[in-house]
Amino acid sequence: MRHVISLLIENESGALSRVSGLFSARGYNIESLTVAPTEDASMSRMTIVTTGSDDIIEQITKQLNKLVEVVKVVDISEAAHIERELMLVKVRATGKDREEIKRTADIFRARIIDVTDASYVVELTGNQGKLDAFLGAIEPALILETVRSGVCGVGRGDRVLKL
Amino acid sequence: MVLTGAEIVIRCLQEEKVEYVFGYPGGAVLYIYDALFQQEAVRHVLVRHEQAAVHAADGYARSTERVGVALVTSGPGATNAVTGIATAFCDSIPLVVISGQVPTAAIGQDAFQEVDTVGITRPCVKHNFLVKDVRDIASTIKKAFYLAKTGRPGPVLVDIPKDVSMHKCEFEYPKEISMRSYNPVVKGHSGQIKKAVQLLLEAKRPMIYTGGGVVLSNAAEQLTRLTRLLGYPITNTLMGLGGYPASDRQYLGMPGMHGTYEANMSMHYSDVLLAVGARFDDRVIGLPSHFAEEPRKIIHIDIDPSSISKRVKVDVPIVGDVKEVLEEMIRQLESGEARPNPEALAAWWKQVEEWRGRNCMVYKNSDEIIKPQFVVQKLWEVTGGEAIVTSDVGQHQMWAAQYYRFDKPRRWLNSGGLGTMGVGMPYAMGAKLANPDMPVACITGEASIQMNIQELSTCKQFRLPIKICNLNNRYLGMVRQWQQLFHGQRYSESYMDSLPDFAKLAESYGHVGIRVDKPGDVEGAIREAFTTHKNELVFLDFQVDQTENVYPMVQGGKGLTEMILSAEDL
Ligand SMILES: Cc1cc2nc3c(=O)[nH]c(=O)nc-3n(C[C@H](O)[C@H](O)[C@H](O)COP(=O)(O)OP(=O)(O)OC[C@H]3O[C@@H](n4cnc5c(N)ncnc54)[C@H](O)[C@@H]3O)c2cc1C
Ligand SMILES: Cc1ncc(C[n+]2csc(CCOP(=O)(O)OP(=O)(O)O)c2C)c(N)n1
Ligand SMILES: [Mg+2]
Repeated sequence: MRHVISLLIENESGALSRVSGLFSARGYNIESLTVAPTEDASMSRMTIVTTGSDDIIEQITKQLNKLVEVVKVVDISEAAHIERELMLVKVRATGKDREEIKRTADIFRARIIDVTDASYVVELTGNQGKLDAFLGAIEPALILETVRSGVCGVGRGDRVLKL
Repeated sequence: MVLTGAEIVIRCLQEEKVEYVFGYPGGAVLYIYDALFQQEAVRHVLVRHEQAAVHAADGYARSTERVGVALVTSGPGATNAVTGIATAFCDSIPLVVISGQVPTAAIGQDAFQEVDTVGITRPCVKHNFLVKDVRDIASTIKKAFYLAKTGRPGPVLVDIPKDVSMHKCEFEYPKEISMRSYNPVVKGHSGQIKKAVQLLLEAKRPMIYTGGGVVLSNAAEQLTRLTRLLGYPITNTLMGLGGYPASDRQYLGMPGMHGTYEANMSMHYSDVLLAVGARFDDRVIGLPSHFAEEPRKIIHIDIDPSSISKRVKVDVPIVGDVKEVLEEMIRQLESGEARPNPEALAAWWKQVEEWRGRNCMVYKNSDEIIKPQFVVQKLWEVTGGEAIVTSDVGQHQMWAAQYYRFDKPRRWLNSGGLGTMGVGMPYAMGAKLANPDMPVACITGEASIQMNIQELSTCKQFRLPIKICNLNNRYLGMVRQWQQLFHGQRYSESYMDSLPDFAKLAESYGHVGIRVDKPGDVEGAIREAFTTHKNELVFLDFQVDQTENVYPMVQGGKGLTEMILSAEDL
C-alpha cells in the first residue's frame, strides 16, 4: 500500500540524513522525499511517499518518531488529504509540434515558462497521476528532460500538522 | 566565568558528577586532556585501545545506574570506538562519548585524522552532535546526558572540533533541559494497564517473560513483587538475568536458543504472555511463524513503541517505564479482590513442573577433564552468587548465563545484541571501578580474551583485581559447535592455534597467572584467586573439554519447542 507520511523535523544539519539513513538501513522504500523549512524557520516539513504492508508502515512511523530531531509524524494518507507535485518538462518544440504541445499544455492547465525557437519548458502542478498523464500525452521522442519535485501533501479541513 | 571549550567540557562532566572518564588522547583532544590534567574531580582511566575505553564505560554503566563516559580523539580514535558504541546501542546502555574532531575550518578538506564521525556513528547511536560553536558545548553536553539516560537509554556522541575546544566563552551549565522533539512516555496508559491486569487474572496458562528493560528501569523489586503476587512462572532473557531471583521456585531459567526446556515450553504454550522490557528477539522466540501458531494473548510493556508489535503482534501494548507500569499493576491488583484462579494455576504448574522434570541442564561431569559448566558452577559456589560476572561471546557466555545463578540485577554484564567478542575484560574494569568492594569475575574464552588482551596493562596501572576465568577449549567453540552440527564437521578456521601461555602472559604484566588442568584443582584455584590473591588480578586458565557443546539448543529456523536437549538427541 502507498502511504504519504508528513513530518516536522528540527532544521538541523544532518537531520535529512537521519531520515534517509533510517529508510536505507531498515530496507524501507522511498518513492519520493521532499523537504523545506516551514513558516517557523527552526523547523522543516518533510513529505515521504512510501509503500509497505500495514506492519511496515507502523514500524516506519514509530521509527521516525523515535528520531530525536523529529517533532511530529502523521500518515496523511490515512484520511482525506491533498497531494501536489511540481514538474518541469523540457520538450523539443519545432514545426507543427509547437502548436500541438501548447494545446496539450492548455488541456492540462500547464504553463509554458521558457521558450526558444527549438524548445519549451512546461510547468505543471498536480497529483502524481495528472503528471504521469501529461507525460503520456506527449510524444516520448520530444521529451528532453523531466524534473519532478516529489510529492508534498496536506490534510483536508481541520486536520493540521503543527507543533 | 569565561572558560575555554575544553574547560567547559570538563566542568560539564563535573556537573554531571562523572567519576571516571575512559579514554585515550590524541591531537584533536589535546586541549581537553590539558583541562583534565588541571583538576581532580573527574578521574581519567587510560586504556590501551579506544574500543576498550567505550566497553569499560559501558561496563561501568551496566553495573550501576549511571551514564558511562568515554573520550577519544578524531579519526582512528573515533573509528576504534565504533564497536564499543554499537555494542552499547544494541543493548540500550546509556553512554556519552566525546570525540575530538579536526578544526572546523579543516572539516571536509580531507584533513589529517579526519573522518565523518557523526556520519559513521549515526546508525549506532541514540543521537549525536557536531558542536560548531563553543557557546553550544554546555547545552549539548547537557542534552547528551539527558538523552543517554532517559526513555530507552543509549549511547550519545558529541564530536568537538579542536578549535571549538580552544575558543572561550562564558560558562553556565543549564539546570533543566527540554526538547520539543523528544518526550519519552513514562507513565503507562491506565486503561491499558487495567485491561492487562484483567487478562492476567483470567489466564489459565500465564507466563511472565522479562528482559533488559527491567534491569535498565531498576524495577527488579517491582517485578519480584508482582510475580509473587500472581504466583506465575517467569523467565528472564539473557539481558534480563537477575531481574528476578534465579534461585526462586517460580523462575524457570532463561528462554530462547540456549534457554531451558521449561522456559521455552511455557512461553510457547502459554495462553497469556506478559512481556516486560523484552523485545521478542530472534534468539528468544525461534521461528516467528512457529511461535505464532499457538493462540495466546500478549501484553507488552516497553518504553519504546517501536519495540512493540515489531516481530510479534501484541494484543495489549503498554508504552511506559517498566517500574511505573508494574507499580500501577501491583496497585490495581492489591486494591481489587480478584485473584488468579487457583485450580487453573495448579494445573498449569503441574504441567510446568513436568517440563522442569526433564532436567535439561544436567551435564555429564568428569574426573579426568574439566567441564566448562563445572567451572562456572564452582565460581558460583565460591563467590556465593555474590560476584559481578562479565563475559565475552561464545560458548562460555552461554554456560556463564546458564550456570551462574543471578539473584540480583546489574550483576551480569555481557553483549547480547551485538555479541561483541572482547567486551569481557573492559566490562570487568568498568564494573570494578564502579563497585570497588564487590568481587568481579570475567568468564571468557581463549579467543575472545585476545581481542582486548592489551587491557591487562590498564588493569596493572589502575590496580584492578578482577578474576579472569578463561574457559580455554582451544577452539572458537561456538563456531565449532555450529560447524559440527550444521556444516558436516568441517572445522573451517575455528581452531585456535599458537596460543600464548596465558598464566605467564598475565605474570609478565605483574598479575597472578594460574593454569588449571584437572577438575580436582578447579575449586582450590578459584578460592585462591578470591582469598590469597584477593587484591590482585588473577588469570585462571582452565584447560577445558574441547568437545563440549552448549545445550539445550534451538537451531536457527526452528520453533521454540523443537529443542535439542543434549548430545543424545542428535
Ligand atoms: C551467542 C549468543 C547467544 C544468545 N542466546 C540467547 C538465548 O538463548 N536467550 C536469550 O534470551 N538471549 C540470547 N542472546 C541474546 C539476544 O541476542 C538478545 O540480545 C536478547 O535476547 C535481548 O534481550 P531483551 O529482549 O531482554 O532485550 P534488550 O536488548 O535488553 O532490550 C530491552 C527492551 O526493553 C526496553 N526498555 C528499556 N528501558 C526500559 C524502561 N525503562 N522501561 C520499559 N522498557 C524499557 C527497550 O526499549 C527494549 O525493547 C544471545 C546472544 C548471543 C551473543
Ligand atoms: C568480534 C567478533 N568476531 C566474531 C564473532 C563470531 N563469534 C561468535 S562466538 C566466536 C568464538 C568465540 O571463541 P572463544 O572466545 O574461545 O569462546 P568459546 O565459544 O570457545 O567459549 C566467534 C568467532 C563475534 N561474536 N565477535
Ligand atoms: Mg574457545
